[in-house]
Amino acid sequence: MQITLTVNGEDRALDVDPRVTLLDALREHLNLTGSKKGCDHGQCGACTILLNGRRINACLSLAVMHDGDEITTIEGLGQPGNLSPLQAAFVQNDGYQCGYCTPGQIMSAKGMLAELDMGWPSNVSADLTDIPDLTRTEIRERMSGNLCRCSAYPGICQAIEDAATEEGMTKREAAE
Amino acid sequence: MTEHLKMDQVQPRLLDETEQGALHAPMPRPEGPLKVTGTATYAAEWKLDGMAEGFMVRAGITKGRFKVDASSVEDMPGFLGVYTDRMVRNSAQGTAGTNPVQPGDQVQYLGQPIAVAVADTFEQARDIALALKVEYTPDDDAHVVMDDSATYEDDDDALDQGDLDAAMADAAFSVDGMWTTKPHNSAAMEPHATLAQWDGDKLTVRSSLQMLNYNKHEIADSLGIDVKNVRVLSPYVGGGFGSKLGMSPECVAAAVAAKALGRPVRVVLHRNHVFETIVLRTETRQRVRLSCDAEGKLTGIGHENWQANLPDEGMAEPVDLATHLLYGGENRRYGQHVAMLNRPASGSVRAPGEAVGMLALENAMDELAEKVGIDPIELRVKNIPDRHPENGTPFSSHGLKACLEDGAERFGWSQRQAPKARREGEWYIGMGVASAARLNLLMESRARVTLNPDGTALVQTDMTDIGTGTYAILGQIAAEMLGIPAEKVTVELGDSDLPEGPGSGGSWGAASAGSAVFLGAKGIRKKLAERLGCGADELRLQDGVATGGNNRRPLAELMDGPISEEGHLEPGQTDDDFTQSGFGAHFAEVAVNAVTGEVRVRRMLAAMAAGRILNPKTAQSQVWGGQIWGIGTALTEGIEHDPRTGHVVNNDLAEYHVPVNLDVGDLDVMFIDERDDQANPMQVKGIGELGLSGAGAAITNAIYNACGVRVRDYPATPDRIFPHLD
Repeated sequence: MQITLTVNGEDRALDVDPRVTLLDALREHLNLTGSKKGCDHGQCGACTILLNGRRINACLSLAVMHDGDEITTIEGLGQPGNLSPLQAAFVQNDGYQCGYCTPGQIMSAKGMLAELDMGWPSNVSADLTDIPDLTRTEIRERMSGNLCRCSAYPGICQAIEDAATEEGMTKREAAE
Repeated sequence: MTEHLKMDQVQPRLLDETEQGALHAPMPRPEGPLKVTGTATYAAEWKLDGMAEGFMVRAGITKGRFKVDASSVEDMPGFLGVYTDRMVRNSAQGTAGTNPVQPGDQVQYLGQPIAVAVADTFEQARDIALALKVEYTPDDDAHVVMDDSATYEDDDDALDQGDLDAAMADAAFSVDGMWTTKPHNSAAMEPHATLAQWDGDKLTVRSSLQMLNYNKHEIADSLGIDVKNVRVLSPYVGGGFGSKLGMSPECVAAAVAAKALGRPVRVVLHRNHVFETIVLRTETRQRVRLSCDAEGKLTGIGHENWQANLPDEGMAEPVDLATHLLYGGENRRYGQHVAMLNRPASGSVRAPGEAVGMLALENAMDELAEKVGIDPIELRVKNIPDRHPENGTPFSSHGLKACLEDGAERFGWSQRQAPKARREGEWYIGMGVASAARLNLLMESRARVTLNPDGTALVQTDMTDIGTGTYAILGQIAAEMLGIPAEKVTVELGDSDLPEGPGSGGSWGAASAGSAVFLGAKGIRKKLAERLGCGADELRLQDGVATGGNNRRPLAELMDGPISEEGHLEPGQTDDDFTQSGFGAHFAEVAVNAVTGEVRVRRMLAAMAAGRILNPKTAQSQVWGGQIWGIGTALTEGIEHDPRTGHVVNNDLAEYHVPVNLDVGDLDVMFIDERDDQANPMQVKGIGELGLSGAGAAITNAIYNACGVRVRDYPATPDRIFPHLD
């Protein structure tokens, strides 16, 4: 089936089998292997991407459902030598070990900070109406859909805290 | 040229003399920018022209014979073939170096790989694999439960020293209990994957493996080809934890299919297949006995275990590994009984032995301390032996006392109260402690080091970096020894054509591969000293300038071309003459819900004595990993086998619960300043498994201190706690 995806700002026309997941379309058809396949079941978060600005597990969606959609993958954030603030903070804080869950962690963090910025509450928020603070507990809760078996969680949380302002936590700052 | 060292005697502490400052620094990983941008290439991410896709077919019965009917699927779109030749039963055991069992048409457990379906695309191959008709002839003698009717293979050489029964009878205080642990899965985030490509008789395998020096032999042996014709590439490995020590089944399947089709074939294991066809950690039942006098001095230790495996695996979980050396007591008895079951094979998962053995031993020590009426730290310190309590060898270094006492100070152990004394709302709060010990190992290892006149260097070995920090530390060692900044060193790993390293496993990587790099660089230092006209011990190297014997010359002036040296390390006499072990202490503070029994780990501290710490940043990450695996073993992880079929019921990451971010409280890590002179020329010891040893026991001991419930059956899920709450 013919579809067009806007990936990292670029229109990409594809002819895909309807069984192809969005993740496999990115990895196998567009050769964007930064998004990882850890479980193919939406259980591990390694394939997290931004779909029209919101984080999703790309393995749980079929490519043909996304004709015309805007997708941001890890390749769209920064490159070696030109890292985004989150990427640089992950390196500095050793927010990974083997690196396999890392693109998913970073994309999830990117989406998570936007959600926080929009004032979305989480299961650990004290109040459902206040704009939640970027506490360690909020980060832990909101990042719990991204497994890291190397268990770099402390470094991941620190990296997110370090990069949050640069990543544009505007509303939170304004509220302070 | 080769710089060779057999570790027969203590070597000078050269790394305390060098001045570059590349080592001991918390350097970020040099490959980090590739990992955070998604440009590091893992096994399944290589693309080759004409590449076909394979999907494994799993056995649908527990025991019997099978026959596939390829005609049932040959008309499906994209069909290229179905192959059963040379299929291996499960992944190879760590350091096997030979083929795993190749059972032909026999099925020995549910989920066993029996064929690979190959097609033009992944989606086609998956559908073909699921549609393939397989005819089974089941046997009726499958056994899948570790009960009394199972057949056990006993370790007849198990130690029985003194008279433990008498010691228990005469003891002022004693503990005699049974503990159980469920099977564990390594659950590395990257599923096993192989891309096989033939060029005539030469096979290139891009795969996700930990020990290329063994894996190439396992692949060659499984295929019946000469190892000289096998090249394995694993530059990036998405986690291993033991699951990629040995060659995995899809290596052989991809190679067989690629040969038959005359085109490259890629096979990626489905997550369910990872849970079934890759070795997992056995379940265990453990009987621990402790006896002591009125003051708490141990008089006896017993540690007997029951576990399970498939026949012909030749591997048993060394449950009592640390028990042999951790505490004194003259009367000691061990025993090991392995049930032969038709279930997925057991093998190495991070810290085989200590990961589960230390849960029981350190819980028992906690119980004993309470009976004696002394602090659990005092009980442990009191029983630290002067020498190995069984073979009498001296310890190469022993940091347990420092870890327990310095750790207690840092953790605020003095604030610990009696069980159920501390409550915050509906949460009981408690603290626990446990010792850590992990035998230190050294393996033969080679690495090539090349220094260029422009002050850059290259390190090459077939060693892997599975997240452990190999790229970082090997570069730092070379930089320190050669007196150049670490960013001037390129490290090439994960290619079996490079000099043979030790492979990643057994926590021996840094010590073994690192020492080979150290030696290669030492060989280069000798040559530079000759050229400078000074003795090697006078040579000082810093920022690309050599100084010695009243001479001071930049490297560029001293060298007319690259200098290349191979370092070759062999374990030697110090291995036999000394007991070498890392030691540590784990502390945990938990909250236990007084209504539901839910446990939350609020904070942990690991105090580690592991010799010289090469890079505190990557070492800290290894210990974090151990602590969090401790949370998993204590609270969340356990494979459930269907008692009728042996099926791994929770064979994915939704049902097998590895700790998630919110499961982890604040983690603290401290390293005790130590040099282990007997260990290797760098005085380092392994850290990756030490961080897990005992970590879970600190948590369950804290659960008792919080709410008064002793958990002896792991994991300590709420159902095992709340029925016993008041």
